[in-house]
Amino acid sequence: MADMAENNRAVVKLREKYAASILDVKEFRGEVTVTVKKEDIVALCRFLKTELSYNLLTDVTAVDYLGQEPRFLVVYNLYSIPNKDRLRVKAPVSEADCAIDTVSVVWQTANWLEREAYDLFGIVFRNHPDLRRIMMTDDWVGHPLRKDYPLQGPGREPYKGRLS
Amino acid sequence: MANTEIMTLNMGPQHPSTHGVLRLVVELDGEVIQSITPHIGYLHRGVEKLSEYRTYHQTIPLTDRLDYLAPMHNNLGYVLAVEKLLDLEVPERAQTVRVIMAELTRIMSHLVWLACHALDIGAMTVFIYAFREREAIMNIYEKISGARMTTNYFRVGGLSKDVYDGFEADVRKIIDTFPSYFDQYEGLLTKNTIWLQRTVGNGVISAEDAIDFGITGPALRGSGVDWDLRRDNPYSGYEKYTFTVPTGKNCDTYDRYKVRFIEMREAVKIVRQALDSLKPGPVIADAPQVCYPPKEAVYNTIEGLIHHFKIASEGFPVPEGEVYQGVENPKGELGYYIVSDGSAKPYRMRIRPPSFVNLGAMEKMCKGAMIADLIAVIGTLDIVLGEIDR
Repeated sequence: MADMAENNRAVVKLREKYAASILDVKEFRGEVTVTVKKEDIVALCRFLKTELSYNLLTDVTAVDYLGQEPRFLVVYNLYSIPNKDRLRVKAPVSEADCAIDTVSVVWQTANWLEREAYDLFGIVFRNHPDLRRIMMTDDWVGHPLRKDYPLQGPGREPYKGRLS
Repeated sequence: MANTEIMTLNMGPQHPSTHGVLRLVVELDGEVIQSITPHIGYLHRGVEKLSEYRTYHQTIPLTDRLDYLAPMHNNLGYVLAVEKLLDLEVPERAQTVRVIMAELTRIMSHLVWLACHALDIGAMTVFIYAFREREAIMNIYEKISGARMTTNYFRVGGLSKDVYDGFEADVRKIIDTFPSYFDQYEGLLTKNTIWLQRTVGNGVISAEDAIDFGITGPALRGSGVDWDLRRDNPYSGYEKYTFTVPTGKNCDTYDRYKVRFIEMREAVKIVRQALDSLKPGPVIADAPQVCYPPKEAVYNTIEGLIHHFKIASEGFPVPEGEVYQGVENPKGELGYYIVSDGSAKPYRMRIRPPSFVNLGAMEKMCKGAMIADLIAVIGTLDIVLGEIDR
């Protein structure tokens, strides 16, 4: 399985050019995920877009691993329209330094998607042109998709009517 | 020289042409748009958060409330993602019925797009016609799932139940009659001078810009990018069907209109092929750890009842890992990114909303145009706020 990931066209090139930034390469159900250092995310994304034609940024989101360090993983789902293949890039972001550089300079798509990740996870995207909340109101306190944010919202007793 | 100043105009959130609860703050110099600031989130229900507290099956009914004009597509993307996580093979009959329903949904969604888009630009007749014909598909929805919009028909591993008696005749009637309806609509619009004046050269976005802004679906194909997930990364057996992927040339509202029309005609062809290849067989995978038992077993045997109860209350554990599954929703690429920690509930479920991303390009498409063009651009992007806000 690991070989399949290593033979991925993007992984081969990234190993040549950005060997020092790669933290982990994983393959699951035919999908390749590369975890990289957050400092290199913009350079690496630009390389993936221009050299390996991952021209469509499908999605930017985050996952909160509360209790682990680093707490957040910012997830970029990339797609190459010429090659019809996908690649997932992840970058760890710690709670203490909860910020990462914006990739909206590489793909315009990132503008709104990063705003959403900022709104719901509280991850700051540095140099973002318009980092405002997008789903919640401007005066909202807290970031709803964080694992320590209660499902029923702040200041309310959890609903006890059901178990699951 | 007349005194000029920039006027700020608020549109929405309750405005008929914003297709839901979208609010736009538009800066105008006379009638010319200087900037647009969309405000969204009025319909935010926290579906991604909710799903973290529910079993995999309990999330299915949340998904058809995203893009409520294409509920079956939302269900499909979600169950495919969970099936990918489980590495579960779905029986052929279930896959074929899924394709039939997905393509009928595409026609239904495009009919609503056509109706509202035309109404916004002032062509009321098309609105009435399209909604009338949509009713025939709605009736199939109702017969097959019991609901007109919140269908919840697909299950992880297959379908909730087999199709009803007479389903094939109903679908065949649709594919036999709809092409002539499409001709009628086109007769009203395609060469209509007013329609041409409002749509040709409106909302132009080049192929490079469209990709840069992440536009997907018919809006991207209208800009001449030949890309369709059904053909290029097939799922649910789409590789078995032949269909053409239409593209536009002029990247404007008129080309996107034509692309969607051809898509409806192609959808009819896919439904016909799928219907011809529909063979009897099971509609749910033979995986009792994951799938619900048949209803006869639930009502008539104690083992079936226990089985059903366990799946409904505890759910099923899913291997640890993460998958992304994209499907060609009528609006664009709808994706589900699910992270599993090995338990019966998703650790994180992310929905990649096509309308949300497409809406992000609206300012680019409207800048420098007239305020009336903005209405046509909202129509041509075919947004649905239930999915943008989630």
